[in-house]
Amino acid sequence: MSLELNDVTLTYPDGDTRLTALDRVDLSVPGGCLTAVVGPSGSGKSSLLAVAATLITPDTGTVTVDGVRTTGMGRGALTELRGRRIGIAFQHPHLLPSLTAVEQLQVMAGLGGRAARGARGRAMELLDAVGLADLAGRRPHRLSGGQRQRVNLARALTNDPAVLLVDEPTSALDHERGAAVVELIARLTRERGTATVLVTHDRAHLPAADRVVEFAG
Amino acid sequence: MFVAWRDLRFAKGRFALTGTVILLVALLVGLLSGLTEGLAQRNVSAIAGLPADRIAFRSPDAGQDLSFADSAVTERQWRLWSEAPGVESAEPLGIATTRASAGERGAGVSVLGVAPGSRLVPAGDAFGGGSAVLSRAAAEELGVSAGDPFTLAGRELRVADVRGDAFHNHTPVVWTGLDDWRAVAPPSGEATEPAGTVLALTTTAGADIAATDRRAGTTTVRTGDSLTAIGSYAAENGSLRLMRGFLFAISALVVGAFFTVWTVQRAGDVAVLKALGASTARLLADAVGQALVLLAGGTLLGTALAAAVGALLGSTVPFVLTPAILVGPAAVLIALGTLGAALAIRRITAVDPLTALGSVR
Repeated sequence: MSLELNDVTLTYPDGDTRLTALDRVDLSVPGGCLTAVVGPSGSGKSSLLAVAATLITPDTGTVTVDGVRTTGMGRGALTELRGRRIGIAFQHPHLLPSLTAVEQLQVMAGLGGRAARGARGRAMELLDAVGLADLAGRRPHRLSGGQRQRVNLARALTNDPAVLLVDEPTSALDHERGAAVVELIARLTRERGTATVLVTHDRAHLPAADRVVEFAG
Repeated sequence: MFVAWRDLRFAKGRFALTGTVILLVALLVGLLSGLTEGLAQRNVSAIAGLPADRIAFRSPDAGQDLSFADSAVTERQWRLWSEAPGVESAEPLGIATTRASAGERGAGVSVLGVAPGSRLVPAGDAFGGGSAVLSRAAAEELGVSAGDPFTLAGRELRVADVRGDAFHNHTPVVWTGLDDWRAVAPPSGEATEPAGTVLALTTTAGADIAATDRRAGTTTVRTGDSLTAIGSYAAENGSLRLMRGFLFAISALVVGAFFTVWTVQRAGDVAVLKALGASTARLLADAVGQALVLLAGGTLLGTALAAAVGALLGSTVPFVLTPAILVGPAAVLIALGTLGAALAIRRITAVDPLTALGSVR
């Protein structure tokens, strides 16, 4: 389980010129390691996450997820790779409003190609791991911000991903709840051996990380 | 369909509203289909039910369409068709609309005159020369039964039998001999009396229809195609079918509009699902499945309601609903609605999963 970015450059069109978001970035995250990425707004943190998530193809360089080099892969293959080997926890949880907490995870299990049978039991185990087993039947509008963020995290872990990408998980939480969520991410990373990248702007959470990568503005 | 089913339950108010519109459209389509078929039967059932595969008309004047009202075939034309190779039978059929009465009661009827012993009408050898076979509706309207006398355009006739439910041009049918028909038919304008209005033909594959038409001065069409030559049929049927077509279009547009709004509202969810690993094909299939459930549910309920209304109406109005009449329009409603939904849902293909990571440029 690992994530490798080698010599990755990403630019965006900006009028007649191009704006460089990532300039020859190298990043290696082994399994079981929580790597925090910090930096000011616009420094390329979220672009790094998007490239690692295979949602954007970089101009140059390679991205390797769990030993699979994604360069040259078709859209369908990348989508399948995301479903099976990459877990994404979004900045805003983006839980589906019609689904209960446990169903959010069951959907993810389906996307990862897992049999529906047993998916509910496994989803309940994960919710238990993030302390939400009692709220499994609640829909998002009946969960607090911290609870939604924990469901978001559990959903990302549903298919035992090799790579876990977490985008600003504490941005909508108070310090205490934010710290609890980051501690949870650190614990799950070690327990499950995922290669985790945590993008955050809150330096108070850095002690929980195994490594810190700082992006300049 | 995991998310689609739960969306249906979660947003049940919105789906119920659209489902109700589909139900009402299906009900209207069902009622209109029953009315179309009922009216058609009262217009064409006598001709459509003839044991003949083709109808020969006198060729219309240039620029005019075939018409039962304008046609009159001669003895010569009858003879030519009777002798033509590949023609098993050629029987003259006279058609006229007039008034019949019995006692105090009277009714407009269509008089269909046939040759003695004709197989065009059941019990064809049981009448002629002062007697007639009445359809059930004609007998009911006149209040007569077999053996009773009645008057047809001033001529005294006797009811030989009451058979069938044939209608022509919205009037019940009275089957008579050709002589009685000629007595009530309006003048044809020809020097000789017509043999009939048209010829009912039974042909085999070896019949050279075009050649015989040229020799006889007739125009022959299949029996089914001849129905448009009944004055009101084409206009009436066309209007009703147009209304039904509009209902199909309205249903497709309503479903398309609903799913356009629904898809736009769900764009964020779709982006998240794509980012998490859902393929576009899978999301499209789910959304189309959701539309199909809505359409099938609304259409089935509406169609069932139409069938119930049809059963309640009974024979008080010209209304005929059979499974075949119900299933066709219901299937079209579902197919067009699905097409409308599919056109709306195709927006899913344009949703960029990157938007799930809101802060990326």
